[in-house]
Amino acid sequence: MSVFTIILIVFVAFLAGMEGVLDQWQFHQPLVACTLIGLVSGYLEAGIILGGTLQMMALGWANVGAAVAPDAALASVASAILMVIALIGGSDQGTAISTAIAVAVPLSVAGLFLTMIVRTIAIPIVHIMDGAAARADYTALDVWSIIAICLQGIRIAIPAAALCFIPSGAVMGALNMMPAWLNEGMTIGGGMVAAVGYAMVINMMATKEVWPFFALGFCLAAISQLTLIALGVIGISLALIYLGLKELAQSGAGAAGSGDPLGDILDDYE
Amino acid sequence: MADKITLSKSDRLAVWFRHQYLQGSWNYERMQNGGWCFSMIPAIKKLYPNKEDQIAALKRHMEFYNTHPYVSSPVIGVTLALEEDRANGAPVEDAAIQGVKVGMMGPLAGVGDPVFWFTLRPLLGALGASLAMGGSIMGPILFFVLWNVIRLAFEWYTQEFGYQLGTSITKDLSGGLMGKITEGASILGMFVIGGLVERWVSIKFTPIVSTVTQSEGAYIDWDAIAETAGSGAQGVADAIQSALSQYSSLGATGLSIDKVTTLQSNLDQLIPGLAAVAVTLLCCWLLKKKVSPIAIIIGMFAIGILGHLAQIL
Repeated sequence: MSVFTIILIVFVAFLAGMEGVLDQWQFHQPLVACTLIGLVSGYLEAGIILGGTLQMMALGWANVGAAVAPDAALASVASAILMVIALIGGSDQGTAISTAIAVAVPLSVAGLFLTMIVRTIAIPIVHIMDGAAARADYTALDVWSIIAICLQGIRIAIPAAALCFIPSGAVMGALNMMPAWLNEGMTIGGGMVAAVGYAMVINMMATKEVWPFFALGFCLAAISQLTLIALGVIGISLALIYLGLKELAQSGAGAAGSGDPLGDILDDYE
Repeated sequence: MADKITLSKSDRLAVWFRHQYLQGSWNYERMQNGGWCFSMIPAIKKLYPNKEDQIAALKRHMEFYNTHPYVSSPVIGVTLALEEDRANGAPVEDAAIQGVKVGMMGPLAGVGDPVFWFTLRPLLGALGASLAMGGSIMGPILFFVLWNVIRLAFEWYTQEFGYQLGTSITKDLSGGLMGKITEGASILGMFVIGGLVERWVSIKFTPIVSTVTQSEGAYIDWDAIAETAGSGAQGVADAIQSALSQYSSLGATGLSIDKVTTLQSNLDQLIPGLAAVAVTLLCCWLLKKKVSPIAIIIGMFAIGILGHLAQIL
């Protein structure tokens, strides 16, 4: 890899690290991070495919309250870099991508610990900001806010930079040592991993009331002509219909016994 | 009394811009407090010419705060309105401002998480990813553009909404609207997740349940095809045409004499994706039993490898 490529990769990693905590622009989502790393290293298509595959696995990963989810930022950045190194070493695209997916999961755990460390380091930083607030020192407040964000960026940028210097021979050696059954087995396992993300989402939202909608979505998705957009439209319509009917039932419940629709309307006007 | 101090649109835009960095100094002690104070700085500078008042305001906004980073926008809008009143001499206590922040952050986080993290992101993410897995650049672009347009618009308009309504927004919040949005998002979310489970959780059971030798006519007679193909160029074309037309009427089982039924095809006859939904529900149950998601993921890779070695998967 050229020095210029490495600089660009580290920059993408820095963005992903910042977004891993800010959660605004979504540079840390695999779909965006892997694509960008693919783009700057000249393996755009492989990056896009890796990003899409990892995205499917990471759909349900979200920071809720103080709980921190497996870290998508390090997983996508580091696995994309390893994929690029393998591709430079002459590996075929399929093997490089499936290996990158296999290493992504342990990386997401490592990233989780890194963000917890940075979130602890941020405690003394906000104490410094307390002091700055007591002096109305705006420069210090801004600078320390920016330092805190940059720490989150560096959290990913440093491992990314280190990975760039792994010789492709070493990665290829590890790849060639990996027996086919291990690789195929990992791919099969990876196909199931998406279920964990979905299960996390389901556990957050599921009530007795909404389970039937899960069943509907599941059955309708078997019709392969329905695109995801079509499924989304059906879902929105179902939600609107259900909420509308529910409201109607609630407002009508009190008056339903009167048996006099016109009277009910007149009553409502009072 | 002096002229009323108001926050101009550019002040509010500055707050909106800084508010994106709400989680920048996220810490385990007071969580989003640093980012919140950072966001309020343009407003504090404008509203309080006096340094003592500025210090009091900065300290007031370094208190504990934590909510979903997007739905924090209406909260900051309301806070701007309150600070503006206070700067103009209205008797707004510190406790009232902190009370509004704390009072709003809980219920709003309850809306933001299901709407953004559990409905919109899986939906747009899956849409983008399904395109990306085919190698299309449109996947990432679609995801990135749609997400950020929705996000930036949401953050700006709800901040303005909060600023215009001031404290009266709390009435809307306690009313049915928030509950309805959450419920609607849950319905849509569950529906879409149901679909995603069917489409994208893949398990294939390879054990062969039965191998049946099919009767004549139920499979393509490749010998006859080969014979036709043997008679020159026109013959090859005829052979291809004949094979394809037989294939389209017989389907995939017509390709060989033996009809192989795997466990997977049996399961798919019940309902496609049955195994996928079973795995997902098992995950739900394991997560409820406080099994760590990481442990489940590692377990799945182990099952994938062992199952493959045992030739089940």
